[in-house]
Amino acid sequence: MGDVLRHAWVIARKDLLLEFRSRTAFLSAAVFTALVLTVFNFGRDPTAVATIDLAPSILWITFIFAAMLALNRAFQLELENQALEGLLVAPISRRSIYWAKLIANLMFVSVVEAIGLPLFVLFFNVPIGNVLVPLVGLIVLATVGFVAVGTLFSAMVIRTRFAELMLPVLLLPFLIPPLIGAVQVTAALFAGRPLSEVEGWLRLLAAFDMCFVTLATLLFPATVNE
Amino acid sequence: MLSAEGLRHSFGSVRALDGISFTLSAGRTLALFGPNGAGKTTLLKVLAGLIQPEAGRAVVEGGRAAVGWIGHQSHLYGHLTVRENLLFWATLYDVPRALRLRRADELLRRLGLADRADVQVRVLSRGLMQRATIARALIHDPRVLLLDEPFTGLDLSAAAEFRELLTELTGAGRIVVLATHNVDEGVELATDVAFQSRGRFVHFEPRGARGPSDIADAYRRTVASG
Repeated sequence: MGDVLRHAWVIARKDLLLEFRSRTAFLSAAVFTALVLTVFNFGRDPTAVATIDLAPSILWITFIFAAMLALNRAFQLELENQALEGLLVAPISRRSIYWAKLIANLMFVSVVEAIGLPLFVLFFNVPIGNVLVPLVGLIVLATVGFVAVGTLFSAMVIRTRFAELMLPVLLLPFLIPPLIGAVQVTAALFAGRPLSEVEGWLRLLAAFDMCFVTLATLLFPATVNE
Repeated sequence: MLSAEGLRHSFGSVRALDGISFTLSAGRTLALFGPNGAGKTTLLKVLAGLIQPEAGRAVVEGGRAAVGWIGHQSHLYGHLTVRENLLFWATLYDVPRALRLRRADELLRRLGLADRADVQVRVLSRGLMQRATIARALIHDPRVLLLDEPFTGLDLSAAAEFRELLTELTGAGRIVVLATHNVDEGVELATDVAFQSRGRFVHFEPRGARGPSDIADAYRRTVASG
C-alpha cells in the first residue's frame, strides 16, 4: 500500500500542477457554483418556503453539480497525448492511478466547496457560525463518498463519445443515499438540533465512504484495461 | 531476454495476432515490417503489457520496469515543461532521486532539446515533441525498447542521432523491437527481421549480411504481394 500511495501522490501532484497552470476546470467549477447559487437565490419564492428549509438541499445540489464538472477533468488530463497509456505501461499498480485521481479530485472539489460555502451564506443568509466545525466535517464526509464513486465512473465513461452526458446519468442514482443523508444532517445543524438525532445518517455516510472507496479501488483496474 | 510464445489476440472478428512466437536475447534488434493492419502495434502493446493476449504469453525480463515504450502518442503533458515531464516519469519509474535530473539533462542534451528543457510541451513542434517522447521512453534506462514508428516527425539529423543512440544501447545489451514502414531505417539497425501479415510472422530470421534492398525485395515478395 505504501508504493500505491507514493505513486498516487506523484500523479496527484502532477494533476494539481496542471490544473494550477491551466485553471480551466477550477474557474469553470467556481463560476458554475456562483451561478447555480444565484439562480437558486432568484428562482425561489421566499414567502412560500422558509429559506432555512430549502437551504440544505440547495447547498448539496450545488456541491454535487460542481463536483461533476471536476470529475471528468481528472481523466481528460490523461487523454491528452494518451498519457494514460504511459501510466498503464509504467511499473505502478493501477490502483495508484485511482488513488491519484481520488486525491486530486478531493482537493479540487474541496477548493470549489470552500468558495461555494461563503457564497451560500451570503446569498441565503444562513447563520453557520455556531455549526461551522460540524458542517465542515459533514462536507468532508459526504464529499469523500461522492468523489470516490464519481472518480470510478469518470474512468469508465471517459473514453466514450458522450462522457460529459454519461457521467451524471450513471452517477446521480448512486448519489441519492448520501445526498439524502447530507441534506438531513445539514438541516439538523441549521435548525440547531443535536447530532445524536441524525446519528443514523452520519453512519450511513461513513459506511458509504468506506464501501465505495474499497469497491472503487478494487474495480478500477478493470475499467482501464484496453 | 524478451520472449513471446503463441500469442493470439482478436478485436471482434479481426485476428490481430495469430500464434506469434519469438525470442530475443540481449543486444538484439528486431525490425518488424508489415502492411497496415498486420498487427504490429498490437504485438508491441502485448509485449508492453498494455493488452492481455487471449492466448500465449509474453515475458520481458525485469517486468514492466524494464520496458521503454514509444507508441503513436507522446504520453507527455502539454502544460508541463519537457524537463518536468521527464522528471515526472523518472519518479514513477523509481529512478533514484540523485540520478533523475542528471539523466534528464543528459537525454535533453543528446536529443537536441537542452535549449527547450523549460518550454511547455504544448508549444513544441511535431518533431521536437517526438524527440521529447524518445527522452521520456529512455529516462529510466530500460532494458527493452518497444518502438512503434519512432522516427515519425524527426528531421534527418535527429533521426541519425536517434539511430546512433539505439546502436549504442544495443551495444550495451539493450533489446529493441522496432515496428516501422521505413525499410532502410529498420534494416540499418536490425539484427533480426520479421515480416508480419494478418497477425502472423510470415518471415523471421537474422538479417545476416543482407542490405535494405534485399530485405525490401523479400518483403514485397512475401507480404506486399498478398
